Amino acid sequence: MTTRDRARRIGRAGMAVTLLGLAGLAGVYVRALAYTPVERSQGAAQKIFYVHVPAAWSALVAISVTGLLSILYLWLKDRRIDLAAAASAEVGVAFATIMLTTGPIWGKPIWGTWWTWDARLTSTLFLFLLFVGYLVLRGVLTDPGIRGRFSAVIGIMGLVLVPFIHLTVYLFRTLHPAPIVLKPSAPSLPGVMLVTLFSSLGVFTVLYVGFMMQRYALGLLRELREEELAGAAG
Amino acid sequence: MRALIRAAWHIAVKDLAIEWRTKTAFASGLVFAVLVLAVLFFSRDPTAVSSQDIAPGAIWVTFTFASMLGLNRAFLLEREQRALDGILLSPAPRTAVFWGKFVANLAFVGAIQAVSLPLFVLFYDVPIWVRLPELVLVIVMATVAFVAVGTLLSAMVVRTRYAELMLPLLLLPFLVPPLVSGVQVTARLLEGRPLSDLSGWLRLIAGFDLAFVTLAASLFHVVLDE
Repeated sequence: MTTRDRARRIGRAGMAVTLLGLAGLAGVYVRALAYTPVERSQGAAQKIFYVHVPAAWSALVAISVTGLLSILYLWLKDRRIDLAAAASAEVGVAFATIMLTTGPIWGKPIWGTWWTWDARLTSTLFLFLLFVGYLVLRGVLTDPGIRGRFSAVIGIMGLVLVPFIHLTVYLFRTLHPAPIVLKPSAPSLPGVMLVTLFSSLGVFTVLYVGFMMQRYALGLLRELREEELAGAAG
Repeated sequence: MRALIRAAWHIAVKDLAIEWRTKTAFASGLVFAVLVLAVLFFSRDPTAVSSQDIAPGAIWVTFTFASMLGLNRAFLLEREQRALDGILLSPAPRTAVFWGKFVANLAFVGAIQAVSLPLFVLFYDVPIWVRLPELVLVIVMATVAFVAVGTLLSAMVVRTRYAELMLPLLLLPFLVPPLVSGVQVTARLLEGRPLSDLSGWLRLIAGFDLAFVTLAASLFHVVLDE
C-alpha cells in the first residue's frame, strides 16, 4: 500500500469517527436540554457547561498531545510524528476557540462580565495565542526538517509554560468556579448532570480523534504533493 | 568545561565588539525605550490617576519592548553574509554559541535598562533609591528570563522571512510570568512593603529562570543543527 492510499484510508476512518462524534453530539444536546434538570441558581445558562467543559478538555488534551509528540519527534526524528503534532495543535486551537467563546457567553449572565483575568481564563488565552503562533511559525517555514524541529521546540516550551502562567495569575487573583468533578472529595455534581457531562466529554474526545485523524491524513497528502511538485521542478 | 566557557566568551565579545563599533542597535534601542516611557506617561487621565500609579507597568513594558528589539539584533547580525555558518563551522560547541549569545544579549539589554532606569525616575518621579538593591535584583532575575527564552526564539525566527514579526508573537506569551512578577514586585517595593510580601513573586521568577534557562540551553542545539 502506498503512502497516499494509507493517508486516504486514515482520512476516511477519521471521517467515520467524526460522523460518529457528531451523532453523539446531537444526542448530548438532546439529553442536556431535555433530560437534564435546570440548575437552580444559574438557570438555563448552566447548560453551556456541557459544551464548554468538554471543549476545554479536548483543547487541553490536544495541546498536551502536541507537547508530548514534540518530545517524541526530537527523539525519533520521524516526520509523521511532526505531522501528527501539528494536526493535534490545529484541532486544539479549534477546540480552544469553542472554549473561549462559550466561556464569555456563560460569564455575562452569571459573573456579569464577558471576560475576567482569572487564572484559568488567562492561562488558556495565552496557551491559545501561543499555539496560534505555533501554527503561524509552521506556515512561514518551508523546509520540513526545520519546520519539524522548530515547532517541536515551541511545543515543548509551551508545555512547560502553562503551569507558570497559571501560578502567575493565581498569585494575582482568581474567580473561576472551583473544580466540582476532579477534586479530592467526591464530585459535587448531581448524578444526572454528571452523566450528561461525562457523555459530552466522551463525545468531544471522539470528535477530537476524528478531526485529528482527518487533519493528519490531510497533512500527509499535502507533504506528498509538495514532494511531487519539488520532484517535477527538479 | 573550560573550552566551553572560552568559546562562549569569544562569541559574546565578538557580538559586543560589533555593537561597540556601530552602536546603532544600542542607540535605537535606547531612543525607543525613552519614547515608550514618554508615550506611556500620557496613557492615563492625569486628574484621576497619578504617574506613580502606572509607573511599575510603564517601566516593565518599556523593558519588554526594548529587550525584544535587542534580541532580534542578536541573530539578524549573523544572517548577513551567512556569518552563522562560519560560527557553526568553527569547533565551538552549540551550547557555547547559546551562552555567548545569552551573555551578549544580557549585556545589551542590561545597558539599555541601566540608562532608562534613571530616566524613568526623572519622568515618573518615583522614589526608587530606598529599595534600589531589591529593585535591581528583580530586574536582573526577570531579564535573565527574557533573554534566555528570547535568545532561543530569535535563533529560530531569524530563519523565517518575518523575523521582526514572529519574535513578539512567540516570545510575549513566555514573558507573561516574569513580566507580571516584575510589575508586582516593583509596585510593592515602591509602596515600601516588606520583602516577605514579595517572596511568592520572587520564587516564581526564580523557578521560571531555572526552568527556562535550562530548557533554552538544552534545546538550542536542536535549533542550530543542519
